[in-house]
Amino acid sequence: MTEHRLRTPLSMEDVKRLRAGDVVFISGHIYTARDKAHALMRARGSPVPLEGAVLYHCGPLIRGDEVLSAGPTTSGRMARYTEEILRLGVRAIMGKGGLPGEPFLGRAVYLAYPGGCGAAAAQQLRLRSVRLQELGMAEALWEFEAENLGPMIVAVDSHGGDLYRDVRRSVQNRLAL
Amino acid sequence: MREEVVEATVRALRKAETSLPDWVMKQIEAAAERETNPVARLHLQFMLENARLAEAEGLPLCQDTGLLIFRVEQGRDLRLDFDLGEALAEGVRRATRDIPLRPNAVEPSTRRNSGDNTGPGIPDIIRETVEGDGLRLTVFPKGAGSENMSLVGMLNPADDPIDFIVRTVAERAANACPPLFLGIGLGGTFDLAARLAKRALFSLPGTSETELMLLKRINALGIGPMGLGGETTALGVRIESAFCHTASLPVALNFQCWAHRSATEVIR
Repeated sequence: MTEHRLRTPLSMEDVKRLRAGDVVFISGHIYTARDKAHALMRARGSPVPLEGAVLYHCGPLIRGDEVLSAGPTTSGRMARYTEEILRLGVRAIMGKGGLPGEPFLGRAVYLAYPGGCGAAAAQQLRLRSVRLQELGMAEALWEFEAENLGPMIVAVDSHGGDLYRDVRRSVQNRLAL
Repeated sequence: MREEVVEATVRALRKAETSLPDWVMKQIEAAAERETNPVARLHLQFMLENARLAEAEGLPLCQDTGLLIFRVEQGRDLRLDFDLGEALAEGVRRATRDIPLRPNAVEPSTRRNSGDNTGPGIPDIIRETVEGDGLRLTVFPKGAGSENMSLVGMLNPADDPIDFIVRTVAERAANACPPLFLGIGLGGTFDLAARLAKRALFSLPGTSETELMLLKRINALGIGPMGLGGETTALGVRIESAFCHTASLPVALNFQCWAHRSATEVIR
């Protein structure tokens, strides 16, 4: 498996180098957002600049300024916002379970962090700041400094590659047998 | 005795949230050995690494510390002079503060978070009466990713429940944090089937011919860890059944993620 080590903000060249099935580690700023933060961003715009950003579907467990556990949440719940989030310049969405691939074509990637691995992810993250804290711990928009966050799998690339779609097709074929 | 129950609840929660039962670790280790798909292997190995790290550091292994479900086995000769549900809730509040746990419990229409993982009906307490005078508490933290994929099907008695189960897993497993544990409720009524499916998760893994056949068929689907492909889609299947109406065939699937967390405390 081809391995990439990237630093945020991501450039279009970074994005284009990634192919479905590659392994990625990310360093630099990342932002979390899930259900409520997405709804608020739709209503009022993003409180942080998202050009070249990595957006993490994650509701972390935080104590004071310590990140204790911070694995991915199910991205599918946020699927309705993908188009407008990518239009704000986000170049990578991280999460688990995947998103429909079409909006990523030519502009962004979806990175799958192993689900349930919150303790390991927390070791790779440091808290920088928090926005929308009134939404509560799980729903706030947290800004982290990532240090080799991964391993993540490029599950949807910007060239039409989509591991989830490939797996779904293969499952349908096996069911038909 | 109330204070003993509260403290036992906190101990059980700490253990359940920061480590996996040995048999679950062994199942994942065996799967990591068997897997030939590189993406699947990487996932299984990282899941093991994560669980070992969580245990060593005393950190919740998943940030989704779950809604809390308790199985209480109470001896028929034990009389309690306090409200057991209230004592368990107090244990949950302390554990939320001390471990800590992420506050996950919200009022369903306003989405207001209670901040302490308790509220009307939560924690969910499933009570059983057993022989003797002891009290056995088992906690199952249940994450939303897997719970959200669960469902009850009211089948036509002419339908094949095995086929329904395999097709439902094929459609829903990817978002439930596979490799899965699957609790199946077969028969009963609409709500009893769901409760049987939840209780099936209490006595994993199943070893009957039907349970092993289902496990094999699910793993032949190729969904793999986190839906990214591979031969490890489920690690255990358990069926609990009850009689049903001659005109009904309820089948419930309660999905559980690879991190099948639980811990037990016995109070005498």
